[in-house]
Amino acid sequence: MSTVADRLKRAGSLEKNPRLSQWLRIERDGTVFVFSGKVELGQGILTALAQIAAEELGIALGRVRMVAADTSMSPDEGVTSGSLSIQDSGVALRRACAHARALLLERVAVRLGVPVGQLQVEDGTAQAAGRSTTFWECADRGLFDREVEEQVSPRPPREYRQVGKSAPRSDLPDKIAGRPRFIQDLVLPGMLHGRVVRPPHGFTELLALDEAKAKSIPGVLAVVRDGGFVGILADSEVAAIAAQRALRSAASWKEGAPLPQDIHAWLKENAIDHRVISDKDGAGTQLRVSKTLTASYSKPYISHASIGPSCALAGFEGDKLTVWSHSQGIFNLRRDLSLALNMAESAIVVRHAEGAGCYGHNGADDVALDAAMLARAAGSRPVRVQWMRDDEFSWAPCGPAMKVELRASLDAEGNVVDWQHDLWSNGHSSRPGRSDSPALLAAWHLAKPHERPFAINMPLPAGAADRNAIPLYDFPNQRVVNHYVREMPVRTSALRSLGAYANVFAIESFMDELAGTAGVDPVAFRLRHLRDPRARAVLEAVALRANWAGRSREEGRGQGVGFAKYKNIGAYCAVVAEVEVGHEVRVLRLTLAVDVGLVVNPDGVRNQIEGGAIQSTSWTLKEQVKLGELGIACLGWEDYPILKFSEVPKVEIELIDRPDLPSVGAGEAAQGPTAAAIANAVENALGVRVRDLPLSPERIIAAIERQ
Amino acid sequence: MAERFLLNLNGTESGIEADPDTPLLYALRNDLELRGTRFGCGTGQCGACFVLIDGHPAPACDTPLWSVAGKRITTVEGLGPSGALHPLQNAFLAEQAAQCGYCTSGVLVSAAALLAKNPRPTESEVRAALDRNLCRCGSHNRMVRAVLRAAAEAQT
Repeated sequence: MSTVADRLKRAGSLEKNPRLSQWLRIERDGTVFVFSGKVELGQGILTALAQIAAEELGIALGRVRMVAADTSMSPDEGVTSGSLSIQDSGVALRRACAHARALLLERVAVRLGVPVGQLQVEDGTAQAAGRSTTFWECADRGLFDREVEEQVSPRPPREYRQVGKSAPRSDLPDKIAGRPRFIQDLVLPGMLHGRVVRPPHGFTELLALDEAKAKSIPGVLAVVRDGGFVGILADSEVAAIAAQRALRSAASWKEGAPLPQDIHAWLKENAIDHRVISDKDGAGTQLRVSKTLTASYSKPYISHASIGPSCALAGFEGDKLTVWSHSQGIFNLRRDLSLALNMAESAIVVRHAEGAGCYGHNGADDVALDAAMLARAAGSRPVRVQWMRDDEFSWAPCGPAMKVELRASLDAEGNVVDWQHDLWSNGHSSRPGRSDSPALLAAWHLAKPHERPFAINMPLPAGAADRNAIPLYDFPNQRVVNHYVREMPVRTSALRSLGAYANVFAIESFMDELAGTAGVDPVAFRLRHLRDPRARAVLEAVALRANWAGRSREEGRGQGVGFAKYKNIGAYCAVVAEVEVGHEVRVLRLTLAVDVGLVVNPDGVRNQIEGGAIQSTSWTLKEQVKLGELGIACLGWEDYPILKFSEVPKVEIELIDRPDLPSVGAGEAAQGPTAAAIANAVENALGVRVRDLPLSPERIIAAIERQ
Repeated sequence: MAERFLLNLNGTESGIEADPDTPLLYALRNDLELRGTRFGCGTGQCGACFVLIDGHPAPACDTPLWSVAGKRITTVEGLGPSGALHPLQNAFLAEQAAQCGYCTSGVLVSAAALLAKNPRPTESEVRAALDRNLCRCGSHNRMVRAVLRAAAEAQT
């Protein structure tokens, strides 16, 4: 029996899911089913986890089948977020599979009548004394019905044969062939189509609704209402969409309160909690102050803007509900569905199905409740709901707007001796499963509405609004304050890298401003304040790779650098951006050096880093959620342009592999440093500092005029 | 009111009974069971639902059925010779040119149209040809490399 103290030390997700049978099942035909609670979001995680399992079991990767997460059979690993899947699920699987291999070797040895040490084992087939058997012959169902013993040592990294090599993604053959693979492609027998009708700007109260026109559309079966929740059931998707249009123009909603005109000023006025998250006092060093700088930075609301709108399917069999969802957290979704629908959790199964790219808490959970509400009205027929593009822009949570103010002092030698960082933001998470009230859109609009939970911040060191607000640099005095704003004029929640994007943009822009004042090269200025050898290594590597020392000084061109260690506990990433500024900013090239510890799938890491850097380029140059007087005023791509193929920079990545150090996630490392590198490059090109994102032509002209 | 249409779809005649104003996208996905063409915006702005109509990429979400009667329609499923992948699809696999893969079908359709009229495009010609396709994951450069790879392999 393990003691409480042992249990607390369990690795990764073994803490909550300690039984071996929760992770692994071996079939007689040599197929190995691996269960993970982490889900495929387009980031390639299931391929990386399969590599880890195959490595520890000592079997071919092709034998491993990753089972899509399902609340009825998968380990509960919370949410697939925060670049934690390799740490949570990968670490647990490594331990579980190491133990499983030890158990299998014992079984095999008994069957062949030799000690384990005399076995020759290759891909699950063992030979000794002229006889052979396999893992699959020896693995009965009871073998894994025990707790994972972590005393069994996993393979040392120097013996790895699969981890550390690029493995092709297991989901891509379907996706590239155009075969049905996404949740949007799922078809259930007898399935109906649903849509939900919501007001154009924020929810208030439904005053009147004329259903007649919608109901007259052929194929429309019902208009489903519960308070201000209005849904359609139809036997074709075309009819459901037509009815949604008809109902939108036949509904009148009470007008809501106007939005604040200047959202960043409003944030500063409405903070209710002021938390000092770092307060370092190096006695006496303030006396050396020779010059003090201040600067104020901002970031707008940003949309997830996935190419495929949110989708879910739901169906009742008797009083049991099954929901198909591309949620990042199927167990948390199940919990909030049970609250919203007033059903026992045990009566609900949530199955993950792959969706379009997911970059945080988007509409996936909300549309699952939409589908479940409509399925309840549909009797025994399942219902598919897909949001339209304008549903997605208007109703999915946004990444929060933020304001950051910095003040720092230099001594006579140009060293930072004092640093102050103040940030103002809403919370960065209003995910399901974390409040007494369901965090699902439709639940707040019912005749008996549930209360909308506020977005909150997770604690440090990972943090949320304050993610990466504490500088990694070694400053003798520093004070960092997180000013939390609870009231949400716009619904906010987690978007890739959370507060790190704005905080790193601000810190790294300001480091360049300070370097300029001190008359020191920006890379050298960072290095002189940085002791962490892995941090220094990525900066030095990127400077070398991007030929920083020999950078050109052409008119209208500039280079800039940015650096961060994601969450201050994750991946190290340094970026050099090269830009050309004419009537708008063009990023020509991004060079990145990255250290994620042990690299499981190098091509997967490169894909994630490059994707993060390009998405951040899009955020940084173009993106802000347009706000009208009453709410979000983006309805389509014309209101929310993103980076196009012809605007995407060349991207070069240097991976610094550290096989003996633990793996950390790669999906969110590049966003903050890329933004800062671009802003610094713009300053380098124009001699003008733009501190408000995005770096649009209007912002740049305004900055030039201010000078 | 519903009418009967004969569509020239991926080289074969397919019959469908539908309102003439039905967007081709829903006919493909829900009636003809070709679900590789995907809904993205419904207004022809993202490229996720691109199909070839007489060889030209067009958004199926914004193309009514009546307008394609008698025209050649090719979806992602029909890009390659019957039952096999198009060389572009093999190149996309070789380059692992996707993250989520939701925009992939539409990108492949645009790229196939490009290579049909310009078998040796430059990198900037590839980018220009794909500008009507949005990708959110940041897989653009991989996709561009894959298109150039397919073009190069076709020459050898």
